[in-house]
Amino acid sequence: MIAAAPLAYLGRQTLALLALTGQVSLFTAQGLSHIFRPPFYGREFLVALLQIGWLSLPVVGLTAFFTGGALALQIYDGSTRFSAEAVVPQIVAIGMVRELGPVLGGLMIAARVTSSIAAEIATMKVTEQIDALVTLSTHPMKYLTAPRVLAALLVVPALVGVGDVIGVFGGFIVSTQQLGFNPSTYIHNTVDFLEVRDVLSSLAKGCAFGGIAATMGCYFGMNSGRGAQGVGQATKGSVQAAAVLILAANFLLTSLFFGT
Amino acid sequence: MITLRDVHKAFGANKVLRGVDLEVPRGSSMVIIGGSGSGKSVALKCVLGLVPPDAGQILVDGKDATRGDRDAFLARFGMLFQGGALFDSLPVWQNVAFRLLRGSLKRPRDEAREIAVEKLRRVGLSPDVADLFPSELSGGMQKRVGLARAIAAEPEIIFFDEPTTGLDPIMAGVINDLIREIVTEMGATAMTITHDMTSVRAIADNVAMLYDGVIKWTGPVAEMDNSGDPYLDQFIHGRADGPIAAVR
Ligand SMILES: Nc1ncnc2c1ncn2[C@@H]1O[C@H](COP(=O)(O)OP(=O)(O)O)[C@@H](O)[C@H]1O
Ligand SMILES: [Mg+2]
Repeated sequence: MIAAAPLAYLGRQTLALLALTGQVSLFTAQGLSHIFRPPFYGREFLVALLQIGWLSLPVVGLTAFFTGGALALQIYDGSTRFSAEAVVPQIVAIGMVRELGPVLGGLMIAARVTSSIAAEIATMKVTEQIDALVTLSTHPMKYLTAPRVLAALLVVPALVGVGDVIGVFGGFIVSTQQLGFNPSTYIHNTVDFLEVRDVLSSLAKGCAFGGIAATMGCYFGMNSGRGAQGVGQATKGSVQAAAVLILAANFLLTSLFFGT
Repeated sequence: MITLRDVHKAFGANKVLRGVDLEVPRGSSMVIIGGSGSGKSVALKCVLGLVPPDAGQILVDGKDATRGDRDAFLARFGMLFQGGALFDSLPVWQNVAFRLLRGSLKRPRDEAREIAVEKLRRVGLSPDVADLFPSELSGGMQKRVGLARAIAAEPEIIFFDEPTTGLDPIMAGVINDLIREIVTEMGATAMTITHDMTSVRAIADNVAMLYDGVIKWTGPVAEMDNSGDPYLDQFIHGRADGPIAAVR
């Protein structure tokens, strides 16, 4: 009996995880399907666009800028004196555009957007606002989930793109101001080295991560428990799930784009 | 007409409704009384389909409420939630006019606003309140905005969950009169939950008492005082001792 207890625990956890996966997949499919079926709520969509895109710009931009700068310093330190001027711009560009831009941008979105969506919707659930929506003949998935998920799918790639540029710019600033590189050579090396595939992969990741971030916020919010504790749990769970899923999706997309 | 037949609902081990039977004739006002936590709100939510009942039947005009076109079904309803349940991202008038700003009942924006202001006036709120946000209002004011929202689209069936809780006696009187008016003038069917016995006498055609998951007593309001039912007697007179335990 006692020896079997950890095994039973493991089994229960596995089953719970599988059930959760199923529910989340179902929820995602529903959320996506509501994007394409009327009625559409334009005002909610615009508000979500503003909240997710515009207001996240400072955080994503700063993250990218400092990361690009740090990356340049690291590579400079690790490369030989003579090859540095060619290698630093190339690796900063590749590193930012392929991996760090989308991943760090996605994680910042999870911290900022997922948490706020989850807390807002969970509070609506706890205060019966979701029930009120239903009695007012408004589908919560359409009114709350669809506009947020659509906005994130559209605006997070743009955000990641801007982040990539700012990240490269961070590397440029550090290299030219601190390491004494020639500015035009730096830009030349960056542009020459980047491929269309790099940029496309970055935007595709942005799209996927945005979708994950918004969907997790909505899912955990809608399924919140009761009371303030329920809201806290929902928020925590949503950020955790979004972050892990973003990293997993990043691995998948990287192997899809660049795996041999 | 609303009919509940042997409705059961449990949350885990907590058996809240254990076979509720109730009939509310069309155009009448039913008041549900019962101790707090006895499942009154859950019963209303079962009728609306917000909480799925575990067993039993709920019929509205003879048709199963849980099947068929949900949108058409809900378009006939108005509901005041116990906590108000106002959307805090929207100003007061957009809360009241929510139904009139979208969906099948959509009107031009300024017309919707006019209706909202008129409904606010009927629940004793001045037009200045229209542009405030729910978080800027007191609990009693939020309740009245919720009430205005419930009646905004002039529904046929209206549920009021504790409409006068948190209001001063004068405002409670205004709301009681309003509910009575909606039933007699607009011919609406109303179900009201309340603990306030003055309200019960002002609003009700019929009274039902929910206790221990079932309807313990139901009948016309005039018969409430000499029902001979010890549970009902204890409740309406607010006695600490009697068959209903004070600790629940
Ligand atoms: N969504 C829910 N989940 C779990 N328990 C609930 C839920 N809604 C109500 N309950 C429980 O059902 C019981 C009756 O609640 P309610 O109908 O709100 O009482 P009241 O008669 O005061 O309106 C309470 O014990 C409450 O805790
Ligand atoms: Mg209640």
